Amino acid sequence: MLELRNVTAGYGAFTALWDVSLDVAAGEAVAVVGPNGAGKTTLLRVISGMIAPRAGTLTFEGASLTGRPAYEVVAHGIAHVPEGRRIFPMLTVADNLKMGAYLKVARRAYAESLERVFALFPVLSERRRQRAGSLSGGEQQMLAVGRALMSRPRLVLLDEPSMGLAPVMVLRLFDLIRRVREEGYTILIVEQNVRQVLKLVDRAYLLEAGHLKMEGRAEALAEQDFVRKAYVGL
Amino acid sequence: MSAGRVGVGVLLAALVAAPFVPMGGMRQYIFHVLIQIFVWSFIGGAWALMGRFGLVSLGHGAFLGLGAYTTTLLWNFFGLTPWLGALVAVVLTAALAVIVAYPCSRFQVIGHYFGLVTLAVGEVVRLLIIAERDWTGGSLGLTVRPAGADSLVAVQFADKRVFYYAALVLWALGLWVWHRVDRSMARSAMEAIGEDETAAASVGIHVTRFKIAITVLSAVLTAVGGIAYAQYIAYVNPDTLAGIGVSLRIVFAVVLGGMYALLGPTVGTALTIALAEVLRVVFGITYVGMAETIYGLLLIVFIIFLPSGIYGSVRDLLRRRPRSQPAAPVTA
Amino acid sequence: MIDPIFLAEAAVNGLLLGGVLALLALGLNLIFGVIDIVWIAYVDLVMICMYAVYFLVQVYGWPIWIGGLVSVGLGALLGIAVHVLIISPILGSAPVNQLLATGGLLFFLQSFATFLWTTDHRSVRLTLPTLEYGGMFLSFARLVAFAVALLVMLGLFLFLRHTYIGTAIRAVSQDREAMALMGANPRTVYVVTSAVGGALAGVAAALLIIQYSVHPFFGAAFGPLTFMICVLGGLGNMIGAFVAAFIMSEIISIGGVVWSTEMGYVIAFVIFIIMIFVRPGGLFARRA
Repeated sequence: MLELRNVTAGYGAFTALWDVSLDVAAGEAVAVVGPNGAGKTTLLRVISGMIAPRAGTLTFEGASLTGRPAYEVVAHGIAHVPEGRRIFPMLTVADNLKMGAYLKVARRAYAESLERVFALFPVLSERRRQRAGSLSGGEQQMLAVGRALMSRPRLVLLDEPSMGLAPVMVLRLFDLIRRVREEGYTILIVEQNVRQVLKLVDRAYLLEAGHLKMEGRAEALAEQDFVRKAYVGL
Repeated sequence: MSAGRVGVGVLLAALVAAPFVPMGGMRQYIFHVLIQIFVWSFIGGAWALMGRFGLVSLGHGAFLGLGAYTTTLLWNFFGLTPWLGALVAVVLTAALAVIVAYPCSRFQVIGHYFGLVTLAVGEVVRLLIIAERDWTGGSLGLTVRPAGADSLVAVQFADKRVFYYAALVLWALGLWVWHRVDRSMARSAMEAIGEDETAAASVGIHVTRFKIAITVLSAVLTAVGGIAYAQYIAYVNPDTLAGIGVSLRIVFAVVLGGMYALLGPTVGTALTIALAEVLRVVFGITYVGMAETIYGLLLIVFIIFLPSGIYGSVRDLLRRRPRSQPAAPVTA
Repeated sequence: MIDPIFLAEAAVNGLLLGGVLALLALGLNLIFGVIDIVWIAYVDLVMICMYAVYFLVQVYGWPIWIGGLVSVGLGALLGIAVHVLIISPILGSAPVNQLLATGGLLFFLQSFATFLWTTDHRSVRLTLPTLEYGGMFLSFARLVAFAVALLVMLGLFLFLRHTYIGTAIRAVSQDREAMALMGANPRTVYVVTSAVGGALAGVAAALLIIQYSVHPFFGAAFGPLTFMICVLGGLGNMIGAFVAAFIMSEIISIGGVVWSTEMGYVIAFVIFIIMIFVRPGGLFARRA
């Protein structure tokens, strides 16, 4: 479904990703793990079009998306739940979700998408008139994911969803992500919380200092030393 | 670079010797233009002390006006020599600079917002001058009371050459100050602040203090420039010495020339003054407003197509190096 | 002692003036909030639209309300033109360049207007009555302007709150990148915002030309005031601008009656300087 080939990308003089290639098949759940500053966020930003790669190609469902801007990439079916959630703090929960369905296709299916999101995250329905900035961290994360789903994507990119959340919330969150996956969405998740995320996904990549170091089935990677030592443990 | 050094030496010698070179009837006019160039280059350099660090002020007219009107009013009404009047002006200007700089740096008002705050302050000074027309002369301006004869105390001279040398010295002084700031701790500190204020603060750089210091320095020098101009022209007017018009002109001249280079403000000022003179000659009285219209249009076009300034671009072209200026400061 | 009737009249006039000033400030804030650029020449755009209404109504005899509508349309078009021609090319530039660009526009508009129409003051001579209420004499033109300004602001509020593109505009002003992730082309949002900002200028122009005369340097009179209001309310803060507009207009109006017109402005300015010192982020500092 998603193919990255030899992608090199960075900011100004700094290169964050070196010659990275990865694949995500339809229906899969794939994780990219690695220490701080490894380039994981940059990777997602290249995929969603927030930054353009310096070299390499990006193909999604056969279409080339290399260097396309973010608002075009969404239209192709990739939704990005950014690092730090980036919900619109002064808008209500309902308005945030409305914005998620900005695309024309999404607007037509608005009512149905909204129902689905509320079914997945009932708390959002309860708080729909509340200002998004006043929600708790966990609720904001749910809103961010729900908002991404409103654009009717086929691939969902999740950037460090567990960041800043209490341990109990993290467990709840990963449960919810599992349910999102079960609804049929393909997931590419970037996480520092290695142990938890490997329980969630089929395959994983290890990214270190911009280079892909390892790749394999989640169970196989879970046996590796680096997981045992764990960058961030629960 | 010794060819450059020689060139500079020749130029300086030419400037110093200029008043003794026969120029015929154009003499007075040439001196007039040169004096303007020196004084406004000095003022431009003063502005650039802030501008190069990301503190873009659109209200430097406030300092010009405050300086010029203080000395003129003190001289006209109390006979206080402009030398002492300048001291008073400096104190007042420094106070205004602190009033603007302190809260802005403490609350991190930067970029466009800072520009707007300074613009408003500049306009306030201009409008205050106009409002208090009973003693400031309002929009009609105020003539500096003639001392009757050449007087060092009154800083009034019939011979333009005196003003020429004074302006030359002032200009050189401005370059020296720039050079000193460039070599000082303040420059590194301000650049660090421009890149990342929080990081700068975390290594112990007293952000507020530096910002205020550079603002006060810039303001005071600007005021001195305004005083010099007022003494030369012997007339002050709120539109030529305060307000957004003059403030924008200063900024344009510096950006045109390149605000990170020592001679950037000078090059830019020389070009804008030359441009203004050409436009004035071509359009003059016949098409009122056309000169300014072209000026505004050129300003827009220039900003869009040649954003790094003429001096900066030419110098880099000659040295065949990518942008020699520091990374653009991070602003809101 | 000042006759309380005069004070009351001044207070009411201040209120009426504040309405239109608020409209100006909102237009400027809208654009800044979304695009992050201050249009230094904003009030000069108003000036151009005022001339348009003048020519249509005073010279060609069209009815004022059609002149107003044309003004709105012209304002929107000018807004789009300014964005596409001047702002868009310099979106990534340093702030100083961005400020200079709209500053250049200011020079251009003021001078071109001088060239085209000279510095003569032009006014639209509408025979509108002066109303008397409880001893106060109020200009009907002012009342109408105030009412229309309020209605337009209400309309703007509803537009931003309840329409899709309006909410998108609010969203972009809070997080531009995130909105791109929703599929919104930032350029489209910018153009719409510029059109709305320009349209607001057009409305203000129609409301101002019936109260004041227009001349090329009209921006020099109302511009600084508008900027001060925006700074006072907190740049980008719509509610702040709304409140600040009335504060300033009341000070100017009442000060004008108690002392003199000039003093009214002087006091307003001094208070402005003090406010910068005390709360430079604006009365309701919001933008991080």
